[in-house]
Amino acid sequence: MSPTTTRIRRLIAVAGATGLALAITSCSSERGTQKTAAGGDKAGTFVFAAASEPVALDPAFVADSESTRVANQIFEGLVSIKPGTAEPAPGLATSWSQTDDGLNYTFQLRKGVKFSDGTPFDAEAVCFNFERWYNWNGPLQAENISNLYQLVFAGFKTSDNPALTKSIYKSCAAEGDAVTITLTRPYGSLIPALAISSFAMQSPAALKQYKADDPGASGDVRRNEYSSAHPTGTGPYLFESWEKGQRLTLRANPGYWGGKPKIDKIVVRIIPDGTARLQALQSGEIDGYDLVAPADVQGLSGAGFQVLPREPLNILYLGMNQADPLLADIRVRKAIAHALDKQAIVSQTLPAGTKPAEQFIPPPVNGYADSVATYDHDPAKAKKLLEEAGAVGKTVTFNYPTGTSRPYMPSPEDTFVAIRTQLEAVGLKVNAVPEKWSPEYLERIKAKTDHGLYLLGGTGIMNSADTFLGIFFGRKTVEWGFEDKKLFESVAAARSARNLTEQGEKYATVSKELMDLLPGIPVAHPVPSLALSPRISGYVTSPLAAEVWNNLQIKG
Amino acid sequence: MIAFVARRLALVVPVLLGLSLLLFVWLRLLPGDPARALLGERATQEGIDRVNHLYGFDRSLPEQFLLFLGRLARGDLGSSIRTGQSVVDSFLERFPATVELAVAGLGLAVVAGIPLGYLAARRRGGPLDHLSVGASLLGVVVPVFFLAYLLKYVFAIRLGWLPTAGRQDVRLDATHPTGLYVLDGVLTGEWDAAWDALRHLILPAMALGAIPLAIIVRITRASVLEVMNEDFVRTARAKGLTRAVIRRRHVMRNALLPVSTTIGLQAGALLAGAVLTETVFALNGVGEFLFTAVNHLDYPVLQGFVLFIAVIYAIVNLLVDVSYAVIDPRARQR
Repeated sequence: MSPTTTRIRRLIAVAGATGLALAITSCSSERGTQKTAAGGDKAGTFVFAAASEPVALDPAFVADSESTRVANQIFEGLVSIKPGTAEPAPGLATSWSQTDDGLNYTFQLRKGVKFSDGTPFDAEAVCFNFERWYNWNGPLQAENISNLYQLVFAGFKTSDNPALTKSIYKSCAAEGDAVTITLTRPYGSLIPALAISSFAMQSPAALKQYKADDPGASGDVRRNEYSSAHPTGTGPYLFESWEKGQRLTLRANPGYWGGKPKIDKIVVRIIPDGTARLQALQSGEIDGYDLVAPADVQGLSGAGFQVLPREPLNILYLGMNQADPLLADIRVRKAIAHALDKQAIVSQTLPAGTKPAEQFIPPPVNGYADSVATYDHDPAKAKKLLEEAGAVGKTVTFNYPTGTSRPYMPSPEDTFVAIRTQLEAVGLKVNAVPEKWSPEYLERIKAKTDHGLYLLGGTGIMNSADTFLGIFFGRKTVEWGFEDKKLFESVAAARSARNLTEQGEKYATVSKELMDLLPGIPVAHPVPSLALSPRISGYVTSPLAAEVWNNLQIKG
Repeated sequence: MIAFVARRLALVVPVLLGLSLLLFVWLRLLPGDPARALLGERATQEGIDRVNHLYGFDRSLPEQFLLFLGRLARGDLGSSIRTGQSVVDSFLERFPATVELAVAGLGLAVVAGIPLGYLAARRRGGPLDHLSVGASLLGVVVPVFFLAYLLKYVFAIRLGWLPTAGRQDVRLDATHPTGLYVLDGVLTGEWDAAWDALRHLILPAMALGAIPLAIIVRITRASVLEVMNEDFVRTARAKGLTRAVIRRRHVMRNALLPVSTTIGLQAGALLAGAVLTETVFALNGVGEFLFTAVNHLDYPVLQGFVLFIAVIYAIVNLLVDVSYAVIDPRARQR
């Protein structure tokens, strides 16, 4: 036998061994599937892919969507969200009432509820949580730690920062099965705000035992023992384990007051890459993931996967910076509004089911006005307005972000192209300025005055116009480049309305005013969606993405 | 030999200091404000200023650098501004995943690349030669992430043989004493866990190993061809030595020198490739974390991780030099 023949034989042997290895692998994977079908341990587990690791499990310190998603399974607030809607509903409080001056809210608490550590949920526990937030100081007052508390309650008991001394919260009184929260001044959004997971009720015993407000050995309060290993609430699932970067495991809470969930175990695993999440769902390794790329929707539904749209609680707008002399002219801004064909932008660049926007707040939000000034697609009128303003043939700067996909702005590059074409059609020249989303683009829009037209938006964290109009138009910002004291005062008045009805009326007025002032053009409310394996049933999407998984079921 | 290694190690220190300074300046020249990246689109200027103050980003650059060096001397690389986790901890937590991937990728490239390159050289001009040269050209030009998606589509989604992402089935409860999952399974005797981890490693190793494999095939082939035409090979043949002895002692030993240099150089490319591979396969290694850190301008993480990677790169190259000395006695004198 010649050496060459030996070599070739060896090569064949190697190839054969590789083939064999793959074949064994395939057998073993089939074995795995059979185990599942036979009702093995895998059947009762819901595996969800998160895009990033939760920052912390203590919901009071986080605002990111992955932390919130987990917190919604472990914790509950006094107020919850009616499934499938953005409406506040009874949670750990069965009902509530308020005094006419809007300063005192009394909550009747649900009876017989226990935290997962066995301690009772009662009026003292509620007050303990409110007092905990109110008394935070030092590094706990940093914007990235207590962001949502600052946004809603505006300040702390004491602070070195004068801007953080004007707390809305004043005191909490426990009265048997009821709790009364007293405010320093009226705040119309208190009820929807209390449904935010940051204000969920946590076990005072566990908070104390594991020193929830102490940075601990890690040096950061978000990574201390409580927040990474002992989050304790009243929700349908219990924390079991968290292997950083790999998986986070939750178990059904056998003592849940609403009945034990149908699924025994939840595993949240981390897959940062969007295509990798899609492929993991297709291969059956995960049962679901959030924020499906619009381009993948059709392929997934065609292959039998569930793609569930969420009613949008968001806004995508085209901002017009009035620090730019060209855009400071209302005639130019109106011309641009008439130049836009929102329906075309929606159908060309946004997910199916998306509707064009008429206001800066989405329709389900309290404060959405009955009617506002509208600017129909009318190129002739746009040209006429530009002529009047002497702006025909002028160049407008158009900033847009690259390399990002936000729920309210899935493909900014495409949206930019559609709008540019429409602007050029009415005789404007466009100077395109693309920049990387974070931090370059955000910096350009939020901190530098040299931007022109730009794409931005936001997703609501609660059912209140505060998170839209309040944040966008509450004061003078570099982003919009205009000063309008009257508008800012109207926003402040709406924010401090005495109750939801009054707040709705006031914000509706602001929304109307805005569409006359036209600081920007609301473009659309893009529909975000979630993908699920066909074996999962009972998933009801929430506009606030505040889904609780206690009613999910796994088929077969 | 010990003196040689010590001298080389001593040289690493000034290199790392220089690198730290360069990196420090370069990171701060990048446009953008890490606090803004952290707080997102709804941040207020006051909030951003407070966060910048908290992390000392409002101090002067020389001051920041001195503080950084002071902490470095105490073995403290700071904490991530995004998650608050200490940089050293997060590196150690993720390093095993990267080691496992790099060893698998490079191992695949070496184990397959050297024999293939050798065979291609022996059968120069034959179909195997054309095939391996053509395939290796393809291996170099196909981007890692594209190859990764393609491999996943074929082997995981179409054929269903292998998993698409992660290091182990998340429904398995395995113990991880070392963090190297395959080894862990073997050490603890949890064979199903080891097997599962290995299955998760196959596609990432193929994706990451493709480029080094291609390069090793080509270098081995060229090097073997060159050595085979050397006079000493002809002499050896004339002496009547068997083919096996000529191949082992004369051809391979000499031909492997450039190959081992290439492998050392590939270690750097491998770490770069790991950033993409780990991200696409959700392996949660050093590379994936670095990718996230770049997107958030997480200075402490970037600074710390690049420093660690530089140290590893230096060590790998030192090992290559040592292997040189083992293969080639002449190198020991240098």
